[in-house]
Amino acid sequence: MSTGVSIVGAGLSRFGRQPGRTGRELALDAIRAALLDAGLAWTDVQVAFGGSDGSGLADTLVADLGLTGIPFTNVKNGCATGGSALMSAVNAIRSGSAEIALAVGFDKHPRGAFDPRPEDWGLPAAYGEAGLMVTTQFFGIKIARYMREHGISERTLALVAEKAYRNGALNPNAWRREAIPADDIAAADMVNDPLTRFMFCSPGEGGAAIIVTSDAVAARLGRAVRLLGAATRTRRFGSFEVFSPSIQGTGVPSSVSADAAAAAFAAAGVSPSDVDVVQVQDTESGAEVMHLAECGFCKHGEQEAMVAAGETEIGGRLPVNTDGGCIANGEPIGASGLRQVHEIVTQLRGEAGERQVSAPQIGFTHVYGAPGISACTVLAV
Amino acid sequence: MGRSLTGSRCLHCSTVAFPPARGCQSCGRTSQETIELGSRGTVWGFTVQRFAPKSPPYVEPAGGFVPFAVGYVELPEGVKVEAVLDCTDFAELAGDAEVTLVSADPVPRFATDLALASSATIGERA
Repeated sequence: MSTGVSIVGAGLSRFGRQPGRTGRELALDAIRAALLDAGLAWTDVQVAFGGSDGSGLADTLVADLGLTGIPFTNVKNGCATGGSALMSAVNAIRSGSAEIALAVGFDKHPRGAFDPRPEDWGLPAAYGEAGLMVTTQFFGIKIARYMREHGISERTLALVAEKAYRNGALNPNAWRREAIPADDIAAADMVNDPLTRFMFCSPGEGGAAIIVTSDAVAARLGRAVRLLGAATRTRRFGSFEVFSPSIQGTGVPSSVSADAAAAAFAAAGVSPSDVDVVQVQDTESGAEVMHLAECGFCKHGEQEAMVAAGETEIGGRLPVNTDGGCIANGEPIGASGLRQVHEIVTQLRGEAGERQVSAPQIGFTHVYGAPGISACTVLAV
Repeated sequence: MGRSLTGSRCLHCSTVAFPPARGCQSCGRTSQETIELGSRGTVWGFTVQRFAPKSPPYVEPAGGFVPFAVGYVELPEGVKVEAVLDCTDFAELAGDAEVTLVSADPVPRFATDLALASSATIGERA
């Protein structure tokens, strides 16, 4: 890339239920934590991008941060909101239009499943009346098909969730901090076969903020993590997404995650085998399994042996979702993509405490969401 | 309210869409012809809806909620259509099971051969 970009600050609000606090307050917590982490003041920030799915407009945060007059663009890209905001901040640095840029994502969702309206998705109302506007059905159908094609067992789905809760227990900021045995996860209420209640993340609460700068500013501030590559993509022809009345084309559906990951690795000039610590979207256990292959970390089907051998554990060959991922942190839609970046930054700096991976040099983040969008980053120290 | 699904085929690249496309997802052209899709296909993938979806928008059948199967049926025209799947046992749907369209409205609905032959189908509305 023409101009180098580094992450100099990463901040989170608390994740999980916080009665009486608004999504905007969680965003402010995250931004102030990121500024403190970077050793910067709000008045140093020259451009900002951010958003939430359902908790308000990010640009209104200036009322509480200070009216400095900077451009602040609202982003609304579903689960990839944070990733898209970060991409915009990165491009602002690359273009030379700013030297210090902020990306923020936040959300505070009510309890229970999301509540999509058919008409917002271009579908007849009948899809809702028939009981087809249920996001979890998509995940169940996708992983069920994948298990049959690639020999992934139900046991593996339980082990992936077990790891998420175990890592969450090591993460002081996680929502779910109690380990749950794989047998209990497998025996829990079935939501959409083969996925049980404990295999899914829940809509949650949280904010996350990342500050990116030019290399020159990063050198001055210290503790910088280099952004080797980043990419966002929308789906190509033939993809299978939530609330699709059909899947067009024949053969294996295309994967927007594969496209975004390949683009991020190409920009970074490294390959998946160079990566030491990984964050992939784990909306449910099966998503983590499938995304590992889609992002290039293994061949389809190899996850069965990888998980059984503990390779994706914190002490394993390729630690995955070391902070507990969406399953342990919940899914505040706007925040998740930047939470992932926060975790990789924390790991690469060696500041992850009890969940620290041994001396990682290169990390990767992948966020995926409806209606077929993905954002990936490759980071290094 | 027939037993036939209406889709479209792109006049430029022959991509088949359901519901009928305004623009082709593959090539972006707008010239489409309306076609009737085949009424028999194979189950590409499915899951079981184990809990009652949020209501509204979900409308419970008169006899109350019972778990039902939902999935994608691969049709010979080269498109997989989301549908409610009637069966007498969810296990019937595994392994490329063949199913037949039983209703196009209000959403596509297919049934296994056993469900077609039986009156006691899982998920059948009263």
